[in-house]
Amino acid sequence: MTTNSINSPAALPVDREDERKAVARAVNHHRLVIFLRIAVAAVTLAGWEAAVRYGLIDPFFFSQPSAIYAQLMVWLTEGTSQGPLWSELLVTMEETVLGFIIGSGLGILFGIGLGRNRLAADVFSIYIKIANAIPRVVLGSIFIIMFGLGMGSKIALAVVMVFFVVFGNAFQGVREADRNLIANAYILGASKRQVTFTVVFPSALTWILASLHVSFGFALVGAVVGEFLGARHGIGLLISTAQGTFNAAGVFAAMIVLAVVALAAEYALTLLENALLKWRPVQFVERGM
Amino acid sequence: MSQVAIELRNVTRKFISPAGKTTLALADFSLTVNQGDFCAIVGPTGCGKSTTLGMITGLSPPSSGSVSVFGQRVTGIHPDIGFVFQSDAVFPWKNVIDNVALGPIYRGTDKKLATEMAAQWVRRVGLAGFERHYPHQLSGGMRKRVALAQTFINEPKILLMDEPFSALDVQTRALMQDELLGLWSEKKASVVFVTHDIEEAIALADRVVVLSKGPGSVKSSYEIPLARPREVATARYSPEFIDLSRRIWSDLKDEVQI
Repeated sequence: MTTNSINSPAALPVDREDERKAVARAVNHHRLVIFLRIAVAAVTLAGWEAAVRYGLIDPFFFSQPSAIYAQLMVWLTEGTSQGPLWSELLVTMEETVLGFIIGSGLGILFGIGLGRNRLAADVFSIYIKIANAIPRVVLGSIFIIMFGLGMGSKIALAVVMVFFVVFGNAFQGVREADRNLIANAYILGASKRQVTFTVVFPSALTWILASLHVSFGFALVGAVVGEFLGARHGIGLLISTAQGTFNAAGVFAAMIVLAVVALAAEYALTLLENALLKWRPVQFVERGM
Repeated sequence: MSQVAIELRNVTRKFISPAGKTTLALADFSLTVNQGDFCAIVGPTGCGKSTTLGMITGLSPPSSGSVSVFGQRVTGIHPDIGFVFQSDAVFPWKNVIDNVALGPIYRGTDKKLATEMAAQWVRRVGLAGFERHYPHQLSGGMRKRVALAQTFINEPKILLMDEPFSALDVQTRALMQDELLGLWSEKKASVVFVTHDIEEAIALADRVVVLSKGPGSVKSSYEIPLARPREVATARYSPEFIDLSRRIWSDLKDEVQI
């Protein structure tokens, strides 16, 4: 048994040509996908712009790509009515990220805590179901009464948006932890605490990380909706102002800013996920069905 | 002189479902395993073989009767017990060496020392060069070797094995059986080895216990006079082996008949 036997299991001479072809096929496929993606975007935007110019749709309601671009340029160069775009974005980001961190932290803590304690889980599960059934956005109004127009109320709304998603996944992840692995750890000599940290938490991590992707979006929703309801700064207020002046291009432009932020966060979370779950099997280049 | 390592006396184990239905897994079951004995348990499916092991670990206490290990009544997990599971119970998020080092680390050994011990055990089970591999990168037989090293590093005085090799192919299984006998012969732990494979039971054990179908109880017990050290692949062709195999099968046959 030698080390390299795991990479090239057979004694057969490895067919380099086949390997090269498989890689080339994968690369070509990847290029095709990127080309088609760009094509879809170009056709959609061009179609939209053309439809407006030929009078098929009304730019008052639907705006048009060139107007949205012009609006973004104005915000970037001259700033918004509330101040420079980046400082507005910074406010929204701060609310989102803080809400995301606090909400997911609490979610993981409670999810694992309840998942490990049967009685507590049975008692609290009903209340969590009730709390989860409330459309959480309405809590925004209460938070504005409680915390005022500043950042606090937006962070609080983002926290409740994130908490339930992460909590639910962490709880489920704990419940799905392999019983054999837990028994094995106990027999190897682990204490309950060690089992929680070295067996239950790592196995719940797959579930938790999956929920973080969704919940960052929720944190952003919480922050922006909070700003709709009443704020002095932020992208949500920008949208609400644009809405008040029937500026459709402004609404779309703010949407694009938020989408860029969400995509960047998604990318960062994927990197984090890959780093934490490097023990999972990798996918082969070979393509199946 | 042989001291008693494991004693189950008149043990009954019931499982009661949430709806209140009782299933009797073991009824009036008694078994004694002496120190250094290799005892194999064979029986039809559902006769309570795995339940027996669960009671010895303390993870699932008996409904009545007593279970004791080294003369002490079992109340929790005894630190001298090692357990090898049927399915993969190695930790997928830890590489080979960290998996093996877990036992000592759980028991409070310094991490550096535990890793050194683990490195030795990884070599002992023939996995040198695979220290940094994750379980999904290994074959089934190699994962089983990790599980053996993980168990043996704690130097258990009692070794419980629940159909550990049943998921392996025939050739790998024979290799692992020899590996197990090699590891076992150094320290001579008391072993309870549950299997549904009569030949495996005879090849490995000093004594084979046949259980009756559920609720399980001891139907018969056979001493295996084959000389040690044994080589599993050759031992199974001796006339004694074939004769034992035939007798045990005739006992078991009545139990597995539908």
